[in-house]
Amino acid sequence: MPGRTSRPGYFSEMTRMTIAPFAGFGLGLRKPHYAAFLEGRIEVDFVEAISENFMVDGGQPLDILRRVRADYPIALHGVSMSVGSADGLDPDYLERLRRLVDMIEPLFVSDHLSWSRIDRFNSHDLLPLPYTREALDLVCANIDRAQRALDRDMLIENPSSYLDFASADMTEWQFLGELTRRTGCGLLLDVNNVFVSAANHGFDPIAYLEGIPASRVRQIHLAGHSQGEELLIDTHDQDVPVGVWDLYAHVMPRLGPVATMIERDDRIPPLQELLDELSVARRLGTPSLRTAA
Amino acid sequence: MSLLALQRDVGTWLRDGSNAAAEAIGVGYRPGLAVYLNNYRAQLAAGLETSFPLTRMWMGDDAFQEATIIHVDRVPPSGWTLDAYGRDFPMTLAALYPDHVEVAELAWTEWAIGEAFVAPDHDIVDAASLSAVDWGRAILRLSPTIRIAEVSTNVFDIWLALTEDRPPPPAQRLSEWRTLLVWRIGHSCQVRPMNAPEAAALGQARSGATFAQLCDILVAANGEERGTALAGAFLGQWLAEGLIIEIANAVQPAP
Repeated sequence: MPGRTSRPGYFSEMTRMTIAPFAGFGLGLRKPHYAAFLEGRIEVDFVEAISENFMVDGGQPLDILRRVRADYPIALHGVSMSVGSADGLDPDYLERLRRLVDMIEPLFVSDHLSWSRIDRFNSHDLLPLPYTREALDLVCANIDRAQRALDRDMLIENPSSYLDFASADMTEWQFLGELTRRTGCGLLLDVNNVFVSAANHGFDPIAYLEGIPASRVRQIHLAGHSQGEELLIDTHDQDVPVGVWDLYAHVMPRLGPVATMIERDDRIPPLQELLDELSVARRLGTPSLRTAA
Repeated sequence: MSLLALQRDVGTWLRDGSNAAAEAIGVGYRPGLAVYLNNYRAQLAAGLETSFPLTRMWMGDDAFQEATIIHVDRVPPSGWTLDAYGRDFPMTLAALYPDHVEVAELAWTEWAIGEAFVAPDHDIVDAASLSAVDWGRAILRLSPTIRIAEVSTNVFDIWLALTEDRPPPPAQRLSEWRTLLVWRIGHSCQVRPMNAPEAAALGQARSGATFAQLCDILVAANGEERGTALAGAFLGQWLAEGLIIEIANAVQPAP
């Protein structure tokens, strides 16, 4: 299990990351494919499960996850930790996630650089942060608290965003760099989110990929998006488009061992279609993984 | 503007979508704010559709969609999981359809099934262990998956027909209230109506009465012969249905 050793708080400007590297190619565990994963050996190196779907007391979902875990390494990916909430983290959420982590012993535990909840209102969306010094201090404190509660380092995913706050003191990639340096967390690089945010806010995606701390990236998401009225929307309901594949091919030689996956959340196709799409990732990413190894 | 103030303003925008809320954040952000507002409403509506498929089928798509829009406006989400958002939806439906009580009762039934589906796992009592039970002190520990509600319509018949993909019967008011029991055996959720004596007995058992006290209550209400027979019948049925997870001994009161 990729666990953590005792370490000081984020104020110590910690730079060491304790998440063990893992190289491979995987898919998200989605309901239409539960039976396939339970019935036979699917050609993936790992499976990613949405944490909140399994942070329950009992019943079939947990039983399925335990059975899948018996055959595949699992990454736990959350959508509700709300590491950017100005009023802190939800202790009940952390307690339930810790129980799941202890049960599953995942490869990674990840969530998003975003906020969902303020006071007692929970939007259930990944809302954007202004990349200010104030936000950086707050997110670092929240991630530090989460990592202590989970007794392990996390991966933080770059979001797709539709707002670019004028009050920002730094770029998103600079913010992520500071975040990883101060908390010891790693990065889940969502290449589609880079593509979407770059289109929406007019920054250069290559500058983004070259600006992030490459050695901190442990996992990659590849997904599709849709054209909204004025902005690109991160819908996760399409095949991975050419532009995202190009960015993936560009960034892979910069990275060490990473776990790449196709993330599909809506209009979920037959499993074989996703496996075919994953084979493209294998073709593009494997040479870099060999070099990194 | 502080981060806390910004997040409160964005929360207000998502809840009311007003010009004033958007202006507080900044007019230049309107296109992006519109995307988040749409995502917020769509997520909540989709969550309700997932939690209440049979209620939607009973109401029809248009009426269900209207109800979800009203619910999203009235009830902001507070829990960490979207799965919890539908908890108050039966109350919204009860307020919207006071003359069609079956709508809210059907929604309650679906919600109770959803809760039972992910309630804590448990063992069930092994029949071979019953010979060792001291029935004078026995307390029946019941499944944590149990959900109970009083209903005033034939909602059970409607629910059953919809789950079996049969045309449902017209909604009818019952001559007297009926109790619906929802629970889970293994991974399979169960629903059945209970008659008044069984509902009262199960209620006593849930509140911690000993089996002997439960027998006394049934005898007092139904007479010696019928009361004793009912107690035995309920015990047998509850054991067979996996409703009893443990038979414990009550602590003897101090002399």
